[in-house]
Amino acid sequence: MSIRSRVARFAAACIAAGSITGMTAAHAADTIKVGVLHSLSGTMAISETTLKDTVLMMIEEQNKKGGLLGKKLEAVVVDPASNWPLFAEKARELLSVHDVDVVFGCWTSVSRKSVLPVFEELNGLLFYPVQYEGEESSRNVFYTGAAPNQQAIPAVDYLMNEVGVKRWVLAGTDYVYPRTTNKILEAYLKSKGVKDADIMINYTPFGHSDWQGIVSDIKKFGSAGKKTAVVSTINGDANVPFYKELGNQKISAEDIPVVAFSVGEEELSGIDTAPLVGHLAAWNYFQSVDVPVNSEFIESWKTFIKNPDRVTNDPMEATVIGFNLWAQAVEKTKTTDVDAVIDALPGLETPNMTGGTAKMLPNHHLTKPVLIGEIRDDGQVDVVWQTESEVPGDAWTDFLPESAVLEADWVDLKCGNYNTKTKKCSGQNY
Amino acid sequence: MRQLLEGMSAKVSRLLMLLIMLFVGVATYQPLHASTDYEDVIEAEESLVDTALPADQTEEFSNALAQLASASFSKKEDLTSELVAKRFPGSRGVLVALLENQLYADKSSGKVLILSEQDGEKTYHDAISGELIADGGSDKKRITTNNSLRKKLRGDIAIFDLHSEDRNVRLGAVQQLRDVVDQSVATMLMKQQSIEKDDDVIEEIRVTLAIFDLGSEDSEARLAAVEALDGELGNDVFNQISALLHSEEDKEVIKAAQATIKRIEGKRDFYSLLETAFFGLSFGSVLVLAAIGLAITFGVMGVINMAHGELIMLGAYTTFVMQQLLPDHIGLSIILSIPAAFLVSGLVGIGIERGVVRFLYGRPLETLLATFGVSLILQQLVRTIFSPLNRSVQTPEMMSGLLRFNEVFAVTYNRLYILIFTFIVFAGLWLILNKTSLGLKVRAVSQNRQMARAMGVRTARVDALTFGLGSGVAGIAGVALSQLTNVGPNLGQAYIIDSFMVVVFGGVGNLWGTLVGGMTLGVATKFLEPHVGAVVAKIIMLVFIILFIQRRKQGLFPQKGRAASGA
Amino acid sequence: MTLQDHSAISRVMRSDRGIKWFVGLLLAAAVLLPLGHLLFPPESSLHVSTYTLGLVGKYMTYALLAVSIDLIWGYCGILSLGHTAFFALGGYAMGMYLMRQIGTRGVYGDPLLPDFMVFLNWDSLPWYWHGFDMFWFAAVMVVLAPGLLALVFGWFAFQSRVVGVYFSIITQALTFALLLAFFRNEMGFGGNNGLTDFKELLGFDLQASSTRVGLYVTSALALLAGVLVCRWIVASRFGRIIAAIRDSESRTRFIGYRVEHYKLWLFCFSAMLAGIAGALYVPQVGIINPGEFAPINSIEAVVWVAVGGRGTLYGAVVGAILVNYAKSYFTMAWPEAWLYALGVLFVLVTLFLPKGVLGLLQRFKRAES
Repeated sequence: MSIRSRVARFAAACIAAGSITGMTAAHAADTIKVGVLHSLSGTMAISETTLKDTVLMMIEEQNKKGGLLGKKLEAVVVDPASNWPLFAEKARELLSVHDVDVVFGCWTSVSRKSVLPVFEELNGLLFYPVQYEGEESSRNVFYTGAAPNQQAIPAVDYLMNEVGVKRWVLAGTDYVYPRTTNKILEAYLKSKGVKDADIMINYTPFGHSDWQGIVSDIKKFGSAGKKTAVVSTINGDANVPFYKELGNQKISAEDIPVVAFSVGEEELSGIDTAPLVGHLAAWNYFQSVDVPVNSEFIESWKTFIKNPDRVTNDPMEATVIGFNLWAQAVEKTKTTDVDAVIDALPGLETPNMTGGTAKMLPNHHLTKPVLIGEIRDDGQVDVVWQTESEVPGDAWTDFLPESAVLEADWVDLKCGNYNTKTKKCSGQNY
Repeated sequence: MRQLLEGMSAKVSRLLMLLIMLFVGVATYQPLHASTDYEDVIEAEESLVDTALPADQTEEFSNALAQLASASFSKKEDLTSELVAKRFPGSRGVLVALLENQLYADKSSGKVLILSEQDGEKTYHDAISGELIADGGSDKKRITTNNSLRKKLRGDIAIFDLHSEDRNVRLGAVQQLRDVVDQSVATMLMKQQSIEKDDDVIEEIRVTLAIFDLGSEDSEARLAAVEALDGELGNDVFNQISALLHSEEDKEVIKAAQATIKRIEGKRDFYSLLETAFFGLSFGSVLVLAAIGLAITFGVMGVINMAHGELIMLGAYTTFVMQQLLPDHIGLSIILSIPAAFLVSGLVGIGIERGVVRFLYGRPLETLLATFGVSLILQQLVRTIFSPLNRSVQTPEMMSGLLRFNEVFAVTYNRLYILIFTFIVFAGLWLILNKTSLGLKVRAVSQNRQMARAMGVRTARVDALTFGLGSGVAGIAGVALSQLTNVGPNLGQAYIIDSFMVVVFGGVGNLWGTLVGGMTLGVATKFLEPHVGAVVAKIIMLVFIILFIQRRKQGLFPQKGRAASGA
Repeated sequence: MTLQDHSAISRVMRSDRGIKWFVGLLLAAAVLLPLGHLLFPPESSLHVSTYTLGLVGKYMTYALLAVSIDLIWGYCGILSLGHTAFFALGGYAMGMYLMRQIGTRGVYGDPLLPDFMVFLNWDSLPWYWHGFDMFWFAAVMVVLAPGLLALVFGWFAFQSRVVGVYFSIITQALTFALLLAFFRNEMGFGGNNGLTDFKELLGFDLQASSTRVGLYVTSALALLAGVLVCRWIVASRFGRIIAAIRDSESRTRFIGYRVEHYKLWLFCFSAMLAGIAGALYVPQVGIINPGEFAPINSIEAVVWVAVGGRGTLYGAVVGAILVNYAKSYFTMAWPEAWLYALGVLFVLVTLFLPKGVLGLLQRFKRAES
């Protein structure tokens, strides 16, 4: 065989291979495809595998009920491997190759930012289940986790009003979520009359493991005779050594409580909780909340995962709420068409797992109760305070001047970043 | 004007409190046989119950307890105050149980129960009658506490403990009371001071009372208090005297207070320097521990083992498994983990050497790639076996807490132990390499392989053992790291770059280099951190090493002789 | 496979005619895929989806990175374990241009400041962001930034004769330091979220199909040009000295060559090539984030070269495409197995295929002839 013809054949084969991957979408109309975009390997796997399983559980349960619109649901699981450009690639694969009707996925803002242009370009539908810094509202994304006003600000309110905290340490990992949250909190605290000298801000690198100096500084800062608290936006792996050091230096929650926004039941299950007892966590859900709907949820999770020791946590609840709302919207519109579902979602309500109701707002955020809990020695969390009613999520914080003028409303204004001063809608990709 | 008013109202309320407390104190005061041991408390209560409580008191007591079950946190604080003020015989037991999350309320029977656990077996006693209720009823719920309630409870219990027979308990009680000292507590302390025999407790009471006296209306008393506090370093002393300076008008007191503040500040600066140095040494010891196995595989054998971090990780997981096997003996499990981790990591290391590395001697860059592949496999293996979640490794009692030198300088036990442990491991390795026949062979092979073989050294075996030794030491490092950080699949990744930096900085092929290099980097980082922040400190150290290698490629302690040219 | 096939492939690799075939193949890929995308309707079996096009375009930029590594590792024996630092710097330069192109279309509508600066209260554009609104400036920076870093770093390293594993380890330190630095929000590069939400490049809408095709073709041509230039370099007199340095550095030095100069220039060129790869990569994947600096990425890129076969240039291309295709496939079909597969690949290739896949083919051919 001549080289020439082999080359030609190879080229043809390449094209064919490419097009076959592009073809699979065409003949799969008998199921509704649900994309799952969570890292199963790499550094984020630690948090995200649980959410993948949660979606799979929800799909199984929905199928037991007969699926949706008479069709079975089918999960399409991909692994973006904690690699941000790979998130974008996999999102495109889900939307254009597998032609999924909805995607549940992402953890951390950077992964969401990475897939955002893809979802907007291909008009996909993404449910993002984790708390984040706000400052975003896309037509194609529904944010079922907490915005800063549903987690950080109520937590600070609790510490200020109920615990009487006068001095604040804002400690975080050096990236966008802590930076933004701390900016918002700093502005908020100052608006409440807290002086500069009573705020200490500290940033550490990802995975920081040697906390001796910083904890000792916190201890010194906290020994000035005023009640002091630490607001921690420390990320993931850095938490364990941080809490261990707190325990070792005998900083108890009674002296200097630490309130964390990213430590939940799942994280606690990997920590020796003895030194953490009494420290606080602020979330919109705790496993310990004793209402029938939650017990049912916990029970079905343990059965699904076949492990009685597994815990539930806030992002799982957010995933479940997102899934239920989506299913409800599909039933209501009798189609999985993305535009119809997006238009149907705002205004829908579904029970949350803490006995209240989650309502999808026009800005694609949810109403959520804010719960402050104290960590127990068994890794569970006792609720010590909660908001009287659900707090509506605010995409654009009121405590930063540039974003205070912005508003997101996908029902009337049809805009995610509407400037109420200039009456203009900026930064939209449609 | 406002200050004056506030001062007035404070005084008035203090006076009122004093009156009330005096009244209550006189009315209900009865010396209580108090003890810290919880079992004793129950016994004591049972005996007290036998001697029959007046019926009205029992009723009051049970009323208060019944309310406790469903009260809000602030109401709970009031109720516990009542328990203290009325001094029911069971008060202390209830307070202790509440503090330790062992107080339950049974909704159906309306009883309040105290849980006690022995050898994993749970039993419940009625908090009032002391009667044993085997399963505690089906409808029981734990009575919850929060931080401020717990803090208050500690103060409450301290009031009972002030009269304990154990001097340590009394000492702890006085320290606890320092935060909440008011006129009534002060009166109690004075009483105790007059009958106290233990010098430490007397001293503690003296300081506490002096701090209290700083708020006295009498300037003489304040001056005396400031003078009495001369020599103290504690934060409370410092804060109170600083606060005094703001409101003080008496010149003499101001002068004395200023002098005291200045002296305390000087001492504090000195001790904070010491503290930073200790932090540095301790951070350095972690670096040395993580790197020292690499100093053998990389430094002595010239093998770039990118799976080194994962061998550390295996050591940490071994600790986790040991704790699962011996759940009731945490301390013992840690000690047993050391040889176990050495074996596990050592054997895996020998496996890596026999299976991969030995085919690649003389091709260092390719060993790098192959061992990196091994590291990926090990990481994923751990994810498959133990799940991607972190595992919880407990810290034994003996390793938690502080070794206090004085009020402002203390070092944590676990850091101290790890520092000592590092030196032991280092000394052990040094002895193995320099005083045993294995060490002799290792050095011979690393210096001149052909010659060593000609002399009858079985080089293949020596290679395997050396690699195993280096890997085993990495496993031991894992045991120590499990006490400080996450035990998860990413553990190794976090230390691999640091380890290489330490070895290269210290000088390849030299254990002393690794020790000095690691300690230097640790101390330098910790002294930089407060000034530039943790992130920049780390960047500066990396850039420093890059530049340092340019100046002295062989590191701090260059290897001399023929072997050096082979690198 | 028949005997003829092997001889054909090996001839492609060894003879000068090989370059023709390589050029032919790449050109064919550069032309046929876009044609398949543009000419055939989506239902047709010959249609190439944007997804495939984007994927292959991404592989092309990876391949260019691999070529730049192969040039210094395969031909000069310098193993850089921090080469993605240059790749990422090129990417950041392009990303900064793309950010500036957003202009008032950012969510806050600020004409000058990118969104992430607005909500973190930056008052003005940092000095190093100036000029990036002009494409030519950004294009210059794409090669200049990595080139300068390589110049400074290489000058120090080669002057003081840091070689072998020491060099590899300090390049790791370099990329790790940059990783930490870029994670810092204070640096003004968007921290962990990086630069994203790009709108257009040179006035072309980045989401338009035609722009994608354009980017894809550019990447393919850049790869082609990269391979050709590298090939020209290694075949030149300069290239022979480079090879001499690889085989015996001290001997070359004793003969009278300023070894460090040769190494330095080669290193700088390689860094610039990596920078161009990064610049083409960013608009295609739509994000640049400090994660690109991660030391593990650099090691992975070195493995592409090892898998393909180092010291051949084509090998680097083949390796990069093979490994990345495998990654795309595994992360879809069998996510848990990806790291096992990658790990085993590393071990097997270094143990049994010291010359990579191309070497294996060569061996087949020799065995049969």
